[in-house]
Amino acid sequence: MESLSGRKKVLEQKPMNFWERIYLPAIFKGMAITFSHMFKKKETIFYPEEEREFSENWRGMHSLKRDENGKERCTACGLCALSCPAEAITMISAEREKGEEHLYREEKYAAVYEINMLRCIFCGLCEEACPKEAIYLDGPIVPADFLRKDFIYGKDKLVEMPINELEALKEARF
Amino acid sequence: MEIAFIIEKLVLVTILFVATLTIAAYSTWAERKVAAWLQDRVGPNRAGIFGLLQPLADGGKMFFKEEIIPSGANKWLFIAGPSLALLTSFLGTAVIPFGQNIELFGRSIPMQVTDINVGILYIFGVVSLGVYGIMIGGWASNNKYSLMGAIRGASQNISYEIAMGLSIIALLLVTNSLSFKVIAEQQHSWHWNFFYQPLGFLIFLVCAFAETNRVPFDLPECETELIGGYNTEYSAFKMGAYMFAEYINMFVSSAVMATLYFGGYNYPGMDLVNETLGATWGPLVGVAVLLLKIIAFIFFFMWVRWTIPRFRYDQLMNLGWKVLIPLAIANIVITAIVITVVDKL
Repeated sequence: MESLSGRKKVLEQKPMNFWERIYLPAIFKGMAITFSHMFKKKETIFYPEEEREFSENWRGMHSLKRDENGKERCTACGLCALSCPAEAITMISAEREKGEEHLYREEKYAAVYEINMLRCIFCGLCEEACPKEAIYLDGPIVPADFLRKDFIYGKDKLVEMPINELEALKEARF
Repeated sequence: MEIAFIIEKLVLVTILFVATLTIAAYSTWAERKVAAWLQDRVGPNRAGIFGLLQPLADGGKMFFKEEIIPSGANKWLFIAGPSLALLTSFLGTAVIPFGQNIELFGRSIPMQVTDINVGILYIFGVVSLGVYGIMIGGWASNNKYSLMGAIRGASQNISYEIAMGLSIIALLLVTNSLSFKVIAEQQHSWHWNFFYQPLGFLIFLVCAFAETNRVPFDLPECETELIGGYNTEYSAFKMGAYMFAEYINMFVSSAVMATLYFGGYNYPGMDLVNETLGATWGPLVGVAVLLLKIIAFIFFFMWVRWTIPRFRYDQLMNLGWKVLIPLAIANIVITAIVITVVDKL
């Protein structure tokens, strides 16, 4: 048969010569190679003292960002919940009261914001959909847990810590 | 039979038993470490510094796991299999001379549990009994994979015993004695038998790999082809017994090879050392040298394991019957001719 692309290679199957048949020279060469590996650099990463580096585009745990004044950016518009292909995000919105000007940027905010980490596929569509640049997937790997209900992360785990932590902790309503 | 003799032998047996167990336990550590280094990684290093307490952790795990005996299995044979394997492994350590006679408490104590004048034959007998451990274990498991593993293991063992025996016959022509003590004494300083019998050593080495079921001859217990071979159904302590028996077999084979071919406790310059240190400390240096040689052989076993792929069953049988036996017989003939010619000169 003519070969169509010219890449056919006929395999040479010569009978082995004496040195090949006794296998010993090949075995010794192989053993020399293995031995040389003992003196090369080891590839092991010693977790938890060292950690493997993530790439720049790594998508980890979600975090709800704040702006320069420490106010939460999220306005509970629901675009992230709409865009999530796994329907992992749910929220309940609330109206900003008189004394809470420094906590939330606009009049509407998310009183309850929950992401079910077991449903989430870390695709990043919520990050792309958010008009307020409020949600980013820049956290670490979601840690393991025992019960399913513990994987539904609320605002306490998702909102990033403000610069002035103590005041915000005292006054924010979760 | 004086009381001092009995105490001597009891102490020697105890020390040897404990030393064998320790060397076997740390062989498991060494196996994992050497395997790791040869594969560009670091072995166990969490349990104690350098992972040196890992064998303790493994031993503890073996103790605490659940002992399962399959319902269709023959209960007594199931327990007898690993016990027999462990027993015959330990028996092999009894005739190896670990050093010259040592002077303690005014007596000259030999460092060998017993000096049988047919020591090599004894070792062969014990090694042949080791096959029973595998066969009984595989049969009693009531499991087709175990049976296949046991059958392959048994046939491999008996095939390679023949070549081993033939290579020893050539050695016998050179040394004129079967006793280990005499063979070790004849290899004083530089006159190691390896230089007189290189081909015999090679054949013996290959057969030792086959007898201890080490790669490339580990068909009876490989995982990809036989799930687990003859030790599929074994769980906690009995599994530990089989693994231990394998490592002790490795230790005994290394010791036998070191004694028969590489001079045992002899090393160049030993006369000077013995004169300087006296008769109490001198032989201990010989013991240390023998242990070093044994460790080198064990490292060699492990090194080969992580280099060479496994033999297929028919290739294995081919090698044992059609290659090694003719080679061993040729070795005997050549040795006999050379001895005759050299004697005539």
